[in-house]
Amino acid sequence: MLSELPLLSLAIWFPVIGGVAILFGGDNPKFTRLFALTVGILTFLISTQLYTEFNTQTAAMQFQECIRWIPTFSANYHLGVDGFSMPLILLTAFMTVIVIISSWEVVKHRFSQYMAAFLIMEGLMIGVFAALDALLFYVFFEAMLIPMFLIIGIWGGSRRVYATFKFFLYTFFGSIFMLVALIYMHDQAKSFEILDFHKLPLNMHEQMFIFFAFLLSFAIKVPMWPFHTWLPDAHVEAPTGGSVILAAITLKIGGYGFLRFILPIVPDASAVLDWLILTMSLVAVVYIGFIALMQQDMKKLIAYSSISHMGIVTLGFFVMFTLHRHTGNFSGATMGIEGSMVQMVSHGLVSGALFLCVGVLYDRLHSRQIKDYGGVVNSMPVFATFMVLFCMANAGLPGTSGFVGEFMVIMSSFKAGFWLAFIASFTLILGAAYTLWLVKRVIFGDIRNDYVASLEDVNHREILMLSLLAITVLIIGIWPDLLTSIMHATVDNLLRHSTLTKL
Amino acid sequence: MKFVAPDLMPVLPELFVLTMSCIVLVVDMFLERQQRYITYWLTQLTLLSVAILILSTPAVQESKLAMFGHYIKDTLGDTLKFFICIVSATVFLYSRDYLKNNELFRGEYFVLGLFGVLGMMVMVSAHSLLSIYLGLELLSLSLYAMIALNRDSPTAAEAAIKYFVLGSLASGILLYGISMIYGVTGSVDLQVVAAVVSGKHDHDDLMLVFGLVFLVVGLAFKLGSVPFHMWIPDVYQGAPTSVALYISSAPKLAAFALIIRVLVYGLGSLQGDWQQMLIILSILSMMLGNLAAIAQTNIKRMLAYSTISHTGFLLLGILSGTLEGYSASMFYSIIYVLMVVGAFGVVTILSQSGLEIENIRDLSGLHHRDPWLAFIMMTVMMSMAGIPCMVGFYAKLAVLQAVINIGLIWLALIGVISSVIGAFYYLRVVKFIYFDEIEHLRRKQSLEISRDVKFVISANGLLIIFLGLYPTALMTWCTASLLD
Repeated sequence: MLSELPLLSLAIWFPVIGGVAILFGGDNPKFTRLFALTVGILTFLISTQLYTEFNTQTAAMQFQECIRWIPTFSANYHLGVDGFSMPLILLTAFMTVIVIISSWEVVKHRFSQYMAAFLIMEGLMIGVFAALDALLFYVFFEAMLIPMFLIIGIWGGSRRVYATFKFFLYTFFGSIFMLVALIYMHDQAKSFEILDFHKLPLNMHEQMFIFFAFLLSFAIKVPMWPFHTWLPDAHVEAPTGGSVILAAITLKIGGYGFLRFILPIVPDASAVLDWLILTMSLVAVVYIGFIALMQQDMKKLIAYSSISHMGIVTLGFFVMFTLHRHTGNFSGATMGIEGSMVQMVSHGLVSGALFLCVGVLYDRLHSRQIKDYGGVVNSMPVFATFMVLFCMANAGLPGTSGFVGEFMVIMSSFKAGFWLAFIASFTLILGAAYTLWLVKRVIFGDIRNDYVASLEDVNHREILMLSLLAITVLIIGIWPDLLTSIMHATVDNLLRHSTLTKL
Repeated sequence: MKFVAPDLMPVLPELFVLTMSCIVLVVDMFLERQQRYITYWLTQLTLLSVAILILSTPAVQESKLAMFGHYIKDTLGDTLKFFICIVSATVFLYSRDYLKNNELFRGEYFVLGLFGVLGMMVMVSAHSLLSIYLGLELLSLSLYAMIALNRDSPTAAEAAIKYFVLGSLASGILLYGISMIYGVTGSVDLQVVAAVVSGKHDHDDLMLVFGLVFLVVGLAFKLGSVPFHMWIPDVYQGAPTSVALYISSAPKLAAFALIIRVLVYGLGSLQGDWQQMLIILSILSMMLGNLAAIAQTNIKRMLAYSTISHTGFLLLGILSGTLEGYSASMFYSIIYVLMVVGAFGVVTILSQSGLEIENIRDLSGLHHRDPWLAFIMMTVMMSMAGIPCMVGFYAKLAVLQAVINIGLIWLALIGVISSVIGAFYYLRVVKFIYFDEIEHLRRKQSLEISRDVKFVISANGLLIIFLGLYPTALMTWCTASLLD
């Protein structure tokens, strides 16, 4: 019965309409948060329906909806999901519920607008993942900037204006080049359908131009070194919920862009320029890993760790070309791409959880500085358990989701070349170094000061949100097949596409 | 000698406006101060009935010439005239309370405004270089006087003089160009001009090219593109806000029509020549407009530079020389007017009880004072910046597509880069509205907004979002009106 409904449209517009309703609904926080939670949970239920009814045997787009939208541009309101977008939609819906729970009584200032912004943001992000029309994708992709701009700007920290302008202008700057590339391809294909772009023959010159246009846009979004400088500022200044959504979802949109646009549309340029991406990824893994080691601010540390982890993701996408050059076939490339996908989902959960942990501490002590903490385990044992678990997941401990993705990507790159895998595996060492050092300084040791001594342990609400995340992290870590099984067909299809030359 | 009575039916809307303007002028003389609202309502009645009149006349498939070939009635003209009337009516509505508060609620504003509308209508429907000039002058003279409406304000007088001197110079240049074209072709009728010019094999005719250059300069001045933009910031800043609202809105539609009539209908076969000039004008306008706007603290000056940058985008579509491009530009101009009326509208509405909104800073904390107006202003700003979900994005998209279509990708890149630069100052307005606290001075000021004004400004803002979700209808309308 449910499959008759336009599930994707529901998942997009239900939270948006819910958010608008909250905006007009007056300022009663008790009612607002219940309403927002209901909308969030219902949206999550809608998206779980996508998971249960998903056909894992096919790489074709599922749950498609297509309506004529702007005939002048031959653009359609075309939605659909495959093995790449569906898990990310699920992640989006899940994390929004967590964010709503996390801001339950913490946000005091303009509460209803805060909730509304996150719900609208959720709809737009699901729209980004579900859009099969490039113009529609672009519209969601850009529209997303507005709520995030307001979230950081209104509820952010002391340098919020600087951070939010940097965030907005940096991402806007990247995406306009993508717009030009999209219009150019529309001119060739006479259509804005992404799937038509996949089939569009392009010569090397055009592919290069389009490759760089997309790269600029997605590299800023991911963000890859050296386009990462907006991220630490945005993360540090954003409110807890904003940081969670930024880390968990919006960064994934960059990675998703690589899979949906760059690899299938410009395969030849990607094959020629794979060294560029590999270099950028490895620099991110190693260099940014070292930078993370040096951070004094917890949020900044997690932000840099995000950049470093996303380096593994982009490495996994592009390792297949070197693999092919070395071994002559593509066996093992599937593992790289699937590993990257798992890493994206896992990073979404883990970094989101870590930002929530920092948020929990910040709500109590109003400081994010590592030096202000120490010995938290003595006063907050339950919290310490969670935080240590998530830190372990961040460091890639086997049994947690963080291990699966990194392991798969490193395995894949090992087949492509020893040195590639050698450098990539620095992520395990550096990741362990900066997270364990963080744990040591914040959680363990002697109680640093009276404030820490008087900390209250997590309440039921915080336990609820943290344990939801912990369970998911463990399930994916122990049984990754839940996630990888839905994307086999799609990954094979992508490999077929991106290994065929378009010249 | 036979006397032929011209067929006046096609000119009916213009005649109606002319008659009503005269009636308003006479009626106003006999009105007491407190009866002035009658003038206002008569003006609104005129504009709305003309709008209805234009819509209700059956759409003719073929364009119709009248007044011995000086006037053309076609769908392009009808569409633009409809929007000019609606926009002017909105402008008068937004201005009403502002004028009352500033002792400017006099008949002159409305009479001059109506004559300006008449001038615009003539410009839109002109089919000869002569009627184009007449319409333009009628509009310009009304504007000069409107700017100086507030006699006691030295800045307004300065702005009016500046505009008058520069405007007359531009008119002179335009007239000079017209005379050269007349010298080459022997006619001012656009159809004849077009026929003669396209019949010429030797396009290097010096006189013709010179005439074209002078024409383009004159048009660029009236549109306000760089390097003929100097008057815009000063005039916007100096004029009373309600007059700036008037100048910034409907006349841009007329200017668009002017360019289409002269360059496309009249000198279409010289497209290669004027394309080069428009490219330069467009790049300079986009870059300089957006860069200079960043440095502004005065909101009217900022909007003035933003206007300049928008004219650059508007020219992108025209210079592409394709039907698609013209329709994109037309869409852009209509959307631009919708946005600028919203922006100046909010500024005008907020300028109450002796506290003018002069600087961008004056909008600080607007969100706390009136969340709904704040939201509308944000919508307008985001739309002007070209962020999707607001209609401004599609306007930019359409013109960019037009230039990419003819292979000028580098021009499109300049356009998008300048729009990123532009995003900064639009966002800054949002920053003041949403992130900052109310200024001390305005904390006690209570806002009183009439119900009809509130209704229309809401419709204005919501239309920007609605068209942002579904721009199809308006786009098709634009293409359809350019088809013949």
